Amino acid sequence: MAEITYREALRQTLRYQLQNDERVFLMGEDIGAYGGSYAVTKGFLEEFGERRVKDTPIAESVVVGAGIGAAMAGLRPMVELMTINFSLLAIDQIVNNASKLFYMSNGQINVPLVIRMAGGAGSQLGAQHSHSLESWYAHVPGLKVVVPATPYDAKGLLMTAFEDDNPVIFIEHTALYTQKGEVPDETYSIPFGQAEVAREGDDVTLIAYSGSVRQASGAADQLAAEGIACDVLNLRTLRPLDTAAILTSVRKTNRAIVIEDDWEFGGFGGEIAAIIQEHAFDDLDGPVLRCSGADVPMPYAGALEQAALPQEADIMQLVRSIV
Amino acid sequence: MISEVVMPQMGADMTEGTIVRWRKQEGEPVERGEIIAEIETDKANVEIEAFEGGVFRKILAHEGAVIPVGGIIAVIAAPGDDISTYEAGASAPVARPAAPRAATSSPPSISVAAPTAAVVAAPDPDAAAAANGRLRVSPVARRLADERGIDLRQLRGSGPDGRIVKRDIERTATTRTAAAPTAAAPDAVAPAAERGGTLAMSKMRQAIARRMATSKREAPHYYLLVDVDMTAALAFRAQANATLPDDARVSINDMIVRACALALRAHPAFNVTADSETFTQQTRQNVCIAIALDDGLIAPAVLDAGAKTLAQIARETKDLVARAKGGALRAEEITAGTFSITNLGAYGIETLIGIIQPPQTAILGVGSVTAQPAARDGQIVVRDLMKVALSADHRVTDGALGAQFLAEIKRLLEAPLLLVL
Repeated sequence: MAEITYREALRQTLRYQLQNDERVFLMGEDIGAYGGSYAVTKGFLEEFGERRVKDTPIAESVVVGAGIGAAMAGLRPMVELMTINFSLLAIDQIVNNASKLFYMSNGQINVPLVIRMAGGAGSQLGAQHSHSLESWYAHVPGLKVVVPATPYDAKGLLMTAFEDDNPVIFIEHTALYTQKGEVPDETYSIPFGQAEVAREGDDVTLIAYSGSVRQASGAADQLAAEGIACDVLNLRTLRPLDTAAILTSVRKTNRAIVIEDDWEFGGFGGEIAAIIQEHAFDDLDGPVLRCSGADVPMPYAGALEQAALPQEADIMQLVRSIV
Repeated sequence: MISEVVMPQMGADMTEGTIVRWRKQEGEPVERGEIIAEIETDKANVEIEAFEGGVFRKILAHEGAVIPVGGIIAVIAAPGDDISTYEAGASAPVARPAAPRAATSSPPSISVAAPTAAVVAAPDPDAAAAANGRLRVSPVARRLADERGIDLRQLRGSGPDGRIVKRDIERTATTRTAAAPTAAAPDAVAPAAERGGTLAMSKMRQAIARRMATSKREAPHYYLLVDVDMTAALAFRAQANATLPDDARVSINDMIVRACALALRAHPAFNVTADSETFTQQTRQNVCIAIALDDGLIAPAVLDAGAKTLAQIARETKDLVARAKGGALRAEEITAGTFSITNLGAYGIETLIGIIQPPQTAILGVGSVTAQPAARDGQIVVRDLMKVALSADHRVTDGALGAQFLAEIKRLLEAPLLLVL
């Protein structure tokens, strides 16, 4: 067990896959010579060579399309789209091909493709490069959507993504690459659809994923000093979603708040709120609330950007309003 | 932290209360849960406790003042808190504004409507909503109250915007554990009668308990008893049934339903429904008949019985009994009754004195028909007598009127041809 970064945790799984499965290759913009925009693949080109680590043109649709073709032909590709913002250029390949081919071929063709991308905001990258669009992909049947919150999650969930025979949208958070955490040295897999109870408490359930787990846990720590005990759920995957864990916690605490960087309107938090009221209505002691990003294009100015993102103080205030 | 003390709602129909006595003086420290005032409602005197601790800073309603539910009557705050917004309204109660809660904005600041000079403030829209029976209750609180037989209208919510939340139910439950029935284990093997212990009240038992208690509490009953000579009625019935098919046979009860419907037409004062404020004269005679079920009873109405023949009533009653036991009654049959008959004659009961079904005005309790010696023209003869008891609401009618009504029922049953004329 060692304390390593989120970035290093991802590297460990990628290296393990390249070393142990001949079918695995990596493909993406600047992942080779440059080592990746977030340095996740640094040194891999030298270590594994051009056949396994391919730099591509700036043409996201082509990159994903080639990955789909390779996966259909029996390889296990991982394509990196740098950030979720650029995935919009490949969304036709992702939604119309990757997610549909198993169905359209009557189960004859699998697409075992891992598509990695960085999402989230907080690094002053401006409105066009600060999206949290995970709910767009979670909307589509046929896709799995993975949102690791910790180095431990990153290593184990990426392993499961490679093991899966279907397309997996693997969304890392830009603000988490340097986060450190305890990670076992050996390889391991974290099953999809199993949320982690990051904190235990009886008063309110805070439902979070990816970057928002950090804010939720921070708020929970401070609220504990006020005598309010929060159950913090780290969802780990949005598709499949661990509905049972959500309902179990809500039935215990009778209250829930969803925390997400994404916009509130039409977002994933609304989906969770709907599931809770459909299945645990008689267990609710108050409305299910959302602590979401502000309903604006992400501001560039640092102070405004922070104000547009859910902060610990926002979560604490919402908790106090319903406890 | 500023805490407004408001006129609480004790019961769904309470709209205002009177300050009887303040137990605290301005400036005194007060602890959460401490009694700070006595108030008088329509039904009882009640003590109000502080929901927050602090200093009892300001009295906003003097003793004797009548304050609408939800009106602010006092302010508890920390010594340093600025309560100047309340000072202006000294001795005049301030209506509590219905502050909509914005989930993502900062906590709602204390804002008050402009104080009025009148002693009675404008009614609080929230309280009005509650008075209409729309209590703010969280789903889990509603479920737990239902399971534990707790009347939500008796509770004061401690949640946001006065919502009754789970902890309010749990507090109530712990203060009355001895009295509160607990849910029976669903997988219990031995019948309750052998096992002993506490049992949950079924929904039907709860409804009966609530309605009967309401009736006895709010409707002052008076009772009139009389013997009805049913000899002619029995002969009439035997003659009629000899020619009728089985599904049209007339029972004694059918004749009583018809007699009551006709008597109600002649004495409409007994065909009145009452709420706390007004009486409503009903124009149709919807006569309910009490039907025993496995776990209680139900009293659906023969609708518009005053306009129906005895044969129609006989057929409808059979249908009504069958559907009541099968749980297939229509809403109107359950809710639209204007008068009731309860009959335990089949069990050999001599006299049955019923409890009025709210919001009706009267009920007729019917005993068994038995052959008894009776004096007729100076001779002792054997006649088929039946004791009936009228229970009637003294708010709506008086005994003399009841006597005339009951005499009309007796007259119709003793001359049964009148039932078919």
